[in-house]
Amino acid sequence: MLEYAFAERALVAAVVVGLLCGLLGFFVILRRLAFIGVGIAHSAIGGVALGLLLGFDPGLSAAVFAVVVALGMFRVARDRRLGEDAIIGVFLSGSMALGLLLMGLQHGYQRDLFAYLFGSLLAVSSADLAALCGLAAVLTVIIAVSFREMLFVAFDEEVARAYGRPVDWMDALLVVVLALTVVAGVRVVGVLLVEALLVVPAATAALWTLDFRRQVALSMSLGAGSAVAGLWLSYTMDVGAGAAIVMVAVLIFFASWMLRRSA
Amino acid sequence: MDAARFDRVSIDLDGRPVLEEISFRVREGAFLGVIGPNGAGKTTLLRALLGLVSVRSGSIEVLGRSPAGHGADAHAIGYVPQRETISRNFPATVADIVMMGRVCCTGRLRWASRADWQRVSAELDEIGIGHLASRPIGRLSGGEVRRVLLAQALCAGTRLLVLDEPTVGLDLPAELEFYSLLRRLQHERGITIVCVSHDLLALAAQASELICINRRMHVHGNPEEVVHSHALREAYSCEFDFLAGEIAHHEGNHHGEH
Repeated sequence: MLEYAFAERALVAAVVVGLLCGLLGFFVILRRLAFIGVGIAHSAIGGVALGLLLGFDPGLSAAVFAVVVALGMFRVARDRRLGEDAIIGVFLSGSMALGLLLMGLQHGYQRDLFAYLFGSLLAVSSADLAALCGLAAVLTVIIAVSFREMLFVAFDEEVARAYGRPVDWMDALLVVVLALTVVAGVRVVGVLLVEALLVVPAATAALWTLDFRRQVALSMSLGAGSAVAGLWLSYTMDVGAGAAIVMVAVLIFFASWMLRRSA
Repeated sequence: MDAARFDRVSIDLDGRPVLEEISFRVREGAFLGVIGPNGAGKTTLLRALLGLVSVRSGSIEVLGRSPAGHGADAHAIGYVPQRETISRNFPATVADIVMMGRVCCTGRLRWASRADWQRVSAELDEIGIGHLASRPIGRLSGGEVRRVLLAQALCAGTRLLVLDEPTVGLDLPAELEFYSLLRRLQHERGITIVCVSHDLLALAAQASELICINRRMHVHGNPEEVVHSHALREAYSCEFDFLAGEIAHHEGNHHGEH
């Protein structure tokens, strides 16, 4: 399989995204951000369509659009009159509808859009891979530096605030990093399945240990492991890579759940 | 020197007055109990002390500065919030939770040094929960959690300790034990304590001074004066004679144990 350069790039891209989503997934599970993740992923469709229409790089426009929508959701979700789920629901359907509207304005075959809906791992170029690795490195450093503060905010926002910690900045930073991670993941498994990479490995890890160090390490390993196994399945059985990766992660989750039911 | 000072402080929440013209001082090293009926504004008073709500008028000074002006020195004030439950699955050990209290003191990367861990470990031993250091926080009893949160509030070299209903959900022996721990810390370390409780009797038996509020300040004095004052009945809008008897009884019991 690795005799082909594109397969090699696909493997590296999938592993990098698996590691990154595993890391962010820890906070997605801890802070119950799974639904925000879905909202961000769907907003990527609007971003892609906007980029295609205006002639920008769809990946870049998806990233910018996702960050803007994520911060918008985060801001409006502070409005206590409505539940967070209602607000995310509004943003999710709004940005999805915008994407469909913008698509309607274009004519012809929507190849790029399909690539974003279902992922396009085998079409990852060297430049894409370099950009992905660079982004993953920057996001990992940001999370490593702010990890303890973010954990504190997750444990008790009010006390963190009383101790002069920059709680709102930490929350906004987490949401921005999450948005960029989602966009990176969309490249590999597509809009429809990226949420799975953020939720499933981290949820599996949470079944096994109550120590955040082990949870993060296990979640990242499961993300990368599912990526490798899924890609191999995709190659040997000739099925879609994104779906195969997510299926592996989900099967590991259910196996863990059965094993840890009594814990 | 005063550890904290409220000067004619009025606070609105959602456009509704919650505290009006509250003035008091807390001497350094004192144990101030804050009592009042439900909805009296006790928690708001603590949150104002911590710089978490803004005042409409008046001024607050904490350890010589405005509450929001502590910045990097915020660790001089320790806060034990009202908290009855902790998610069973929060992925951190007791030592990790206590270390959060030192986040202001650790370097720019917030990574704890060996000295930080030693300090956390010493604090846990001091409070009598050293053996719990590596246990997951979600798997402790209510009394143990309260001690962990206390260790968290203390482990950065705290001079003023602010507690909101710290004994809710504890049984009587656990409550008395918790208060006697607070008193020991007050005497040994000279820290100032400001503690809110709805449990007038328990707090009256522990605090060196009491204030009773119900939106306005009703009375400030030593516990003996306060519990027998007419202002207390006014604040709670009910008769307290039967309680006055109980207070003597309660204090008698408490002193008898030592």
